[in-house]
Amino acid sequence: MALDAGLVGRSYPPSAVYEVGREKIAEFATALADPDPVYRDPAAARAAGHPDVIAPPTFAIVLSLGAGNVVVEDPEVGIDYSRVVHGEQRFTHHRPIRAGDRLVATASIDAVRTVAGNDMLTTRVELATEDGEPVCTTHSMLVARGTA
Amino acid sequence: MHHPLDARGPGDGVTRRLADVQVGTELPEQSTRVTRADLVRYAGASGDFNVIHWNDRVAREVGLPGVIAHGMLTAGIAARAVTAWAGDPGAVVEYQVRFSRPVVVPDDGEGAELTVRGRVAAVAEDGRVRVDLTVTSGGEKVLSLARAFLALS
Repeated sequence: MALDAGLVGRSYPPSAVYEVGREKIAEFATALADPDPVYRDPAAARAAGHPDVIAPPTFAIVLSLGAGNVVVEDPEVGIDYSRVVHGEQRFTHHRPIRAGDRLVATASIDAVRTVAGNDMLTTRVELATEDGEPVCTTHSMLVARGTA
Repeated sequence: MHHPLDARGPGDGVTRRLADVQVGTELPEQSTRVTRADLVRYAGASGDFNVIHWNDRVAREVGLPGVIAHGMLTAGIAARAVTAWAGDPGAVVEYQVRFSRPVVVPDDGEGAELTVRGRVAAVAEDGRVRVDLTVTSGGEKVLSLARAFLALS
C-alpha cells in the first residue's frame, strides 16, 4: 500500500537525553579505521580549536537511527520494515558533535513518495542540546521495495 | 591479530586552507579492505544490528547475494578520505550519500575492497568547498551520490 501523503509534517516527541561519551566516539572512529587524534585525544582536539574530542561526520547516525525507529514503528505509517533498505542519508552539521554533549533527538516525516512501486520515506531528525542549541540535522530516506 | 580495517589514511597532517584549494583539486586515493570482523565491529559501534550485515542465511532469504556492509560503514569510510584531506573533521558542515549498490562482504578472510576518490567540485567565496566522491568496490560504483561541503578558512 502506498504511503499516505498526509503523513508529511508529522512529528514525534523528543527523545530522552543522549550523553555523548569520549569512549563512544573513539569506538565509532575505530570502527571506521579512522586514526585521527581529534576523535580520541582532548589535547589534540583543543589544539584544533574544539572544547573536547569531536565525533566523525557520520556519528550522528547513532542517534538518528534510534530516533527514526519511532517513525518506522508508527502503525499509522505502516511501513514493511522487512523490505526496507537505506536509500539516502544527509547530515547538516551546525557545529561538530563533541564529548559531553547532552543531545535530544526530535524526528519528523519530511517527505513520502512512491516511485516504480517502491515507497520512499524521508525522516528528518533534529539533534539539539537539552538547552536547545541546534547541533545537527539528519535526513534519512528509506525505500520499502515493492510495497506500493 | 586482525587490525580493524586498514588504518592508513590519506592525511598528510596538514590543515587545508581555502587558498590551497581550487576546483579540480584531487584528493589522495584511499583504499580500504572491509571484512566480516569489520562489520561486527561497526554493528556494535553504531547500534545497527540488522541481520543482513552478519547472517548469510537471512541475507539470501531477502534476495541478497550474501552478507552486505552497512551503508553507513561505506559512507563513514568515504568521509574519512575527506576529513583526512581537510585536516580538521570539524570543517565538514554537510555530508550526503545515496546508496546505489550493496557491498557484498564474503566470509573468505579477504572481504571487499572499497576505493574512494575525491575531487573539489566547487569553491564558494564564503569559503564553502564542495568535494564530490567516487566510491567503488570491485570496479562498481556503490554510492551514486556522495558529496561533502567543507567550511575552510
